Amino acid sequence: MYPENFRYTKEHEWVKVEGGTATIGITLHAQGELGDIVYVDLPKVGTKVEQGKTFGSVESVKAVSDIYSPVSGEVSSINEALNTTPEKLNADPHGEAWLIQVKLSIPTEVDGLMKAADYQAYLGA
Amino acid sequence: MIKKVRRHIVQEEPLLFEISSPGKKAYQLPDLDVPAVDAASVLGSEQVRSEIEGFPEISEVENIRHYTRLSTWNYAIDLGLYPLGSCTMKYNPRINEVVARTEGLAWAHPYQPEELSQGAMQILAILEQYLCECTGMDAITLQPAAGAHGEMTGILLIRKYLESKGNPRKKVLVPDSAHGTNPATAAMVGYDVVSVKSNDHGMIDLAALEAATDKDVAALMVTNPNTIGVFERDIVKAAAILHAKGAQMYMDGANMNALVGISRPGDFGIDVMHMNLHKTFSTPHGGGGPGAGPVAIKKHLEPFLPVPRLKRVRNSWKWDHNKPKSIGKVRAFYGNFGVLVRALAYIMAHGGPGLRNATVDALLNAQFIRKGLEPYFELPVTEPTMHEVVFSHDRQEKFGVKTGDMAKRLIDYGFHAYTTSFPMIVHGAMMMEPTETESKRELELFVDAMISIAKEVEEDPQLVIKAPHLTRTPRVDETAAARKPIVRWKPAS
Repeated sequence: MYPENFRYTKEHEWVKVEGGTATIGITLHAQGELGDIVYVDLPKVGTKVEQGKTFGSVESVKAVSDIYSPVSGEVSSINEALNTTPEKLNADPHGEAWLIQVKLSIPTEVDGLMKAADYQAYLGA
Repeated sequence: MIKKVRRHIVQEEPLLFEISSPGKKAYQLPDLDVPAVDAASVLGSEQVRSEIEGFPEISEVENIRHYTRLSTWNYAIDLGLYPLGSCTMKYNPRINEVVARTEGLAWAHPYQPEELSQGAMQILAILEQYLCECTGMDAITLQPAAGAHGEMTGILLIRKYLESKGNPRKKVLVPDSAHGTNPATAAMVGYDVVSVKSNDHGMIDLAALEAATDKDVAALMVTNPNTIGVFERDIVKAAAILHAKGAQMYMDGANMNALVGISRPGDFGIDVMHMNLHKTFSTPHGGGGPGAGPVAIKKHLEPFLPVPRLKRVRNSWKWDHNKPKSIGKVRAFYGNFGVLVRALAYIMAHGGPGLRNATVDALLNAQFIRKGLEPYFELPVTEPTMHEVVFSHDRQEKFGVKTGDMAKRLIDYGFHAYTTSFPMIVHGAMMMEPTETESKRELELFVDAMISIAKEVEEDPQLVIKAPHLTRTPRVDETAAARKPIVRWKPAS
């Protein structure tokens, strides 16, 4: 359910690192807690993001929630499709509905994040 | 079993645009008794329209029926309990309306000279004094037009005060149980928002607060009682932690209905607070206002209050605009005067003992709901309940039913929904605040309705998941409405 090649945050974001670029999204658990997602607010390409700081927000029928960046760097692309089809975040949060890609400035930051097994244990706690 | 309501016939009603018929009108003008003027030649022909396209043309009786029919579709505090939490939806006594409609008050003009406005100014001065008395604060501004406006005014005051000390600082601390307007306010005033976690009792975690408080912190924004309906019993210690670092204590007074006449924020370390007159002091609430969110402060912040300030000069009231350190005006004229008059009427009708009694009744009513529903719903925080109680949908979720589903089913039982999914620190929150308004009979009907819904969840969860069933409109697709909103009416072609 939670891919082994991702790392996870306590705020329920995931990050997948390939080369010097990280793809970031929210977890299956996060979308379940939020309920039906109706709007996604993402930063512009070129924005600097910082580990642990917010870079955008997700609005569901229940609430608006901040999204925290798992890593530091510069936004290299955003998932434009979510502007018109936010429901994809409910359907495929670990795949098609990634949020942003970031060019990493501190690649070692990822090592401090939870692995899939740790995250599942964290959810169970 | 549904006891409070039953089905009855409701009038259908189209939009005014849909019943329009050319040439109909709801007015009669007398014959012209002055020479006729050609509007086009006086104003210029480009200013004259031959028709206003699509403007509804209807008769007087159609107009009256339209709004009367719509009003029968509505739910209001005048129909029954309105248990939304942190909203304090109390009854608005009719005497408030009588007083606010007094000719000299209703027709007072803000440009009237001071000599002709002494009564109105006296009303504001007395209200200031009474609100200071209720809160234990030193001075107050009545200008802010609502709660969030009051918050912004309060944080601007703190910013200006800290600037005068040489450094406005960078951060505002906000507990994770706070109203969403608190972090929004801090951000609007240019502060970084730092969330402080609550402890297992739903209260501020002093160790976490101590760790988060440094020389960059401008203020803590705290709601007391907090949004779990629990009194922050360590509030004096929390204030000491902030003050030791030169930071200020801001209190969101949304929940003042639990304190008036019993406990005063000024006595437990608060420097700045707003209160919502449309909550605690029974002025009309909802429908977009007008509200009033006065901000009360301790002496050290007084030079920064919005101008003008009331000033007593030789037996009469003057407006003092000469306050060079003021943050400036935050509202045109002197605030929502009519609302302020209503609040004063409420305070004077109750008197001190009456206000205290209202608070005690509000607490008692919340206890009544808690005791009645505790066997049926999960109560995540078991600290003493103040004016509101927060359950969780944990037991019902096992049957696939969530807080929002039960809230919608409650509509079938003849009540307004409680607050769903807030505060965020409670999983599947069900937040209920009855206020002192409600009789034992109305509260019993509510408790019975909730217990009946809890049983339905176990016996027939689909009944609850698909609710409401008895309303004019069945369950609306909120998700589709938010994703693909249709915000403008177009004529059927």
